Amino acid sequence: MISESTKARFAREVAKYPADQKQSAVMACLAIVQQEQGFVSTDAEREVAAYLGMAPMAVHEVTTFYNMYSQHECGKYKLNVCTNLPCQLRDGQTALHYLEKKLGVRMGETTADGLFTLQQSECLGACADSPVMLVNDRAMCSFMSEEKLDQLVDGLRSASSGGTR
Amino acid sequence: MNAQQVLAQFAATGVQTCFHDRHIEPQIYAGLNGSNWQLKDYEARGGYQALRKVLGLDGAEALTQDQVIATVKESGLRGRGGAGFPTGLKWSFMPRQFPGQKYLVCNSDEGEPGTCKDRDILMYNPHIVIEGMIIAAYAMGITVGYNYIHGEIFSAYDRFEAALEEARAAGYLGNAILGSSFSFQLHAAHGFGAYICGEETALLESLEGKKGQPRFKPPFPASFGLYGKPTTINNTETFAAVPWIIRNGGAAYLACGKPNNGGTKIYSVSGDVEKPGNYEVPMGTPFAKLLELAGGVRKGRQLKAVIPGGSSSPVLPADIMMACTMDYDSIAKAGSMLGSGAVIVMDDSRCMVKALQRLSYFYMHESCGQCTPCREGTGWLSRVVDRIEGGQGRAADMDLLDNVAESIMGRTICALGDAAAMPVRAMIKHFRHEFEHHVAHKTCMVATAAEQASE
Repeated sequence: MISESTKARFAREVAKYPADQKQSAVMACLAIVQQEQGFVSTDAEREVAAYLGMAPMAVHEVTTFYNMYSQHECGKYKLNVCTNLPCQLRDGQTALHYLEKKLGVRMGETTADGLFTLQQSECLGACADSPVMLVNDRAMCSFMSEEKLDQLVDGLRSASSGGTR
Repeated sequence: MNAQQVLAQFAATGVQTCFHDRHIEPQIYAGLNGSNWQLKDYEARGGYQALRKVLGLDGAEALTQDQVIATVKESGLRGRGGAGFPTGLKWSFMPRQFPGQKYLVCNSDEGEPGTCKDRDILMYNPHIVIEGMIIAAYAMGITVGYNYIHGEIFSAYDRFEAALEEARAAGYLGNAILGSSFSFQLHAAHGFGAYICGEETALLESLEGKKGQPRFKPPFPASFGLYGKPTTINNTETFAAVPWIIRNGGAAYLACGKPNNGGTKIYSVSGDVEKPGNYEVPMGTPFAKLLELAGGVRKGRQLKAVIPGGSSSPVLPADIMMACTMDYDSIAKAGSMLGSGAVIVMDDSRCMVKALQRLSYFYMHESCGQCTPCREGTGWLSRVVDRIEGGQGRAADMDLLDNVAESIMGRTICALGDAAAMPVRAMIKHFRHEFEHHVAHKTCMVATAAEQASE
């Protein structure tokens, strides 16, 4: 179920558009769902559809078209590493391979403890900061040398063991 | 530390990419330091003076819509998103007496690989975009606008929302702006990972809450845009150029650059340079100078090739590039495009087959699937480049690539098909010997050891 606080966030997005164009808010509503639940489930799609007066399939089309919506549960931290050409020239792929080794997973997989999902991503739009990665869709991490990758992974591990998020 | 604190340590500061002293006569990035993005800081830099001038609040007469458009035309400002279309001319296409709602849209869906200039504008100088949009809306008689921001740079979206709140509170946005009879409502929207939404009609579809699949043109957005209403779409940097033009005049802006290429331009320099980052310099600055500003080729290596305008623009070999100046006309004459101004530099340790392999994968991944030549062709290109890189190439593959690429070009609804084809054709044209070497010897021409050493 969508909570009242979530609905308040939805309402703020809907208010940006003409009254007969509520559908315009679907991108933002799905991003809010993903931020709160970690991914966009079919149930959540139905609820967003009902809220915006859309066909569930129209919402599903949006979820599946845009790369950043996750349709399945991910690790607590989703790490998206850019490997597009400008990043490839500055160790983007090296960073991805380093994380594969460090986390013991291949790209696309989630660690057994459920903490990390590692993904390759297309251009994040931060090419001069390479290597770059996006954590949980919202936190861009720049100049991620191996040393900083260690710091990030270790930091998130200890933050999680402390029970804070 | 909690998780947020952990992540905050790695957030970009802008120091390396934006707040350096290696711009030349900057207008948009001038005086920024990362903490002075707020309204009061922008006003202290002369912000919103252009809007006051337009509205006649500076003691002089208000400017008419025609005067604003004429000034922008005179400035020679051309669209900074990639196409380089004259901005003033685009504005003049909007129907002035349309009875219904018209819309203004800012394209901040900065996803062209190599491009990261708009992100720094939105993060560190968001009000310059807001002011530019208000002036554009005034010139075209538009009362509602949206800024569609690349979903991956979510902090820029949050920052822009915060700036909008400030502008509303100060009376720069909303009803009866600064007591005038002009009203303009501006909102922020975001994408969520689809390169194609940088294409203006795909962006409109996305803004309507749909899959971002481009529309047929014509009709153009000026007659059938957002919700089917007349709409003008400009890039972030284009809007950001407007306040300076209004304050200083069109002629002064044109004089900053060179004829037909007015003003300054922000170049995102990435790849094999010592100091990757954004560089705002006058149009027509020699490429050699830009390279020098970016610290030169990394580790003192030799320049091999440059992709001068984002990943879709044709690659140029070093000797041709070193003879170019950075403006629309010079780069076009050399056989490429200035595009978004994303300059991807590659040194002599780089394998062009490997570079093309990554780009071709990207276009296959991002094709929206609507047009058969693009949907099937981008996959075909990617598979052929893949097999050449993997030592499984065939002697006829170079001609095959050229043929497939040629068969995509001009046969799709939007420019993504061309964008996928052009890098392939340029790579084959300028570096065919490297592809042939891969096919004949099943290995890379560029010494593997050298490449590893540089990584």
